[in-house]
Amino acid sequence: MADLVAVRLTVNGQGREGRCETRKLLVDFLREDLGLTGTHVGCEHGLCGACTVLVNGEAARSCLMLAVQADGVEVLTIEGLSKDGTPHPLQEAFHEHHGLQCGFCTPGMLLTALDLLRTNSRPSEAEIRQGLSAVLCRCTGYQGIVKAVQAAALTLGRSPLKE
Amino acid sequence: MKPVRFDYHRPATVEEAIALLTRYGGEAKLLAGGQSLMPLMNFRVARPAALIDLNAIASLAYIREDDGHLRFGAMTRQRTIEFSPVVRRRLPLLAEATALVGHLPIRTRGTIGGSLAHADPSAEYPAVLTALEGTVVARGPRGERTLRASELFESYLTTNLHPDEMLIEVRVPAMPEGAGFAFEEFSRRHGDFAIVGIAAVLVVQGERCTAARLVTAGAGPVPTRLREAEEILERGGCSAAAIEAAARRAAELVEPDTDIHASAAYRRNLTRVLTGRALRRAIARMGGG
Repeated sequence: MADLVAVRLTVNGQGREGRCETRKLLVDFLREDLGLTGTHVGCEHGLCGACTVLVNGEAARSCLMLAVQADGVEVLTIEGLSKDGTPHPLQEAFHEHHGLQCGFCTPGMLLTALDLLRTNSRPSEAEIRQGLSAVLCRCTGYQGIVKAVQAAALTLGRSPLKE
Repeated sequence: MKPVRFDYHRPATVEEAIALLTRYGGEAKLLAGGQSLMPLMNFRVARPAALIDLNAIASLAYIREDDGHLRFGAMTRQRTIEFSPVVRRRLPLLAEATALVGHLPIRTRGTIGGSLAHADPSAEYPAVLTALEGTVVARGPRGERTLRASELFESYLTTNLHPDEMLIEVRVPAMPEGAGFAFEEFSRRHGDFAIVGIAAVLVVQGERCTAARLVTAGAGPVPTRLREAEEILERGGCSAAAIEAAARRAAELVEPDTDIHASAAYRRNLTRVLTGRALRRAIARMGGG
């Protein structure tokens, strides 16, 4: 049995810790050790974007980070996006505009869109498409997703949730 | 669990990192942003005995303007460079090329030093370093040395860094005020590695083109400076005919390979097309804007 190392981090505002092998990927640590299975494992080599989470506020592929690298950082996963059962405006917009079908890519889409809107609060359609090219959807197509992000940008622009 | 087992080290200083590199004698890999190394490890194509994680070396992340140069710590993230006002002002070609590196969540983690040391010939940064005549600083147990792009890049994914050396800084001379520039690339999907990319810089005084820089990405084993195409512009100015002649010459100068993404002939043709586009766009924005 290989040596285990302690990983202490903040996930969705809560202090969490676990012990794992140094080779364990962050996405597997989130799912298997912390039970947060909302973050999906897709291609496992940084292409599909399904595993995207926010690391210290910025979108990052959790399949391309080791869990041990997340020691001391703040992670936001899909489980932390809604507040007290109220969906985030991005989640509302995805629901409203049919921005998901099977839902596999959706956590990655939402967290990537969240970071996109943080740095560009009124993106053009082209900018949304470019930003979301980081995440692959294989069923709805992208039309509804792009519309949802456009709608959420408007809502967030008006809402006190905007950071 | 995807990667094979490895020893994991997270040094706090460059000196510790170099001591670890020396201890493992070429069997360790430096982990910067991990956006290229981690996929290779997940596929078990890369099976290093040890990973030396540079992410805790805070002194390696900076952008400094200094004596007509911009100096970048090797661990400066691509996203920091993308949004840096001083990079936009002094090295607008680098700012433009950075927006083409992978995707937003890749640039969050990816670093300038990692991209250059990885030496993927299709990547944007090696071509930009070559076009802007930048240098890198490598440090090892015997001290520091400075390498030009042509000295750094050896072949596909291969540099001339010694196994116990690490790239610690990137130095790029500021572009002349008012220089025209463009980074053009073609890829199947946004964010993919370029099938071919062209970095272009033009400095014009009156009718004369006093300096032209044309460098390829993806059209050979290392970024290629297209000196004879540059000379056509430096001799003949930036007329439409000179641009067309330079673009044709560019296509003759490259030695691209055929792979699953594109044939050599296709890459050669792309070199001509993108060189023309890059030069026309560089001229259009000359003098600012």
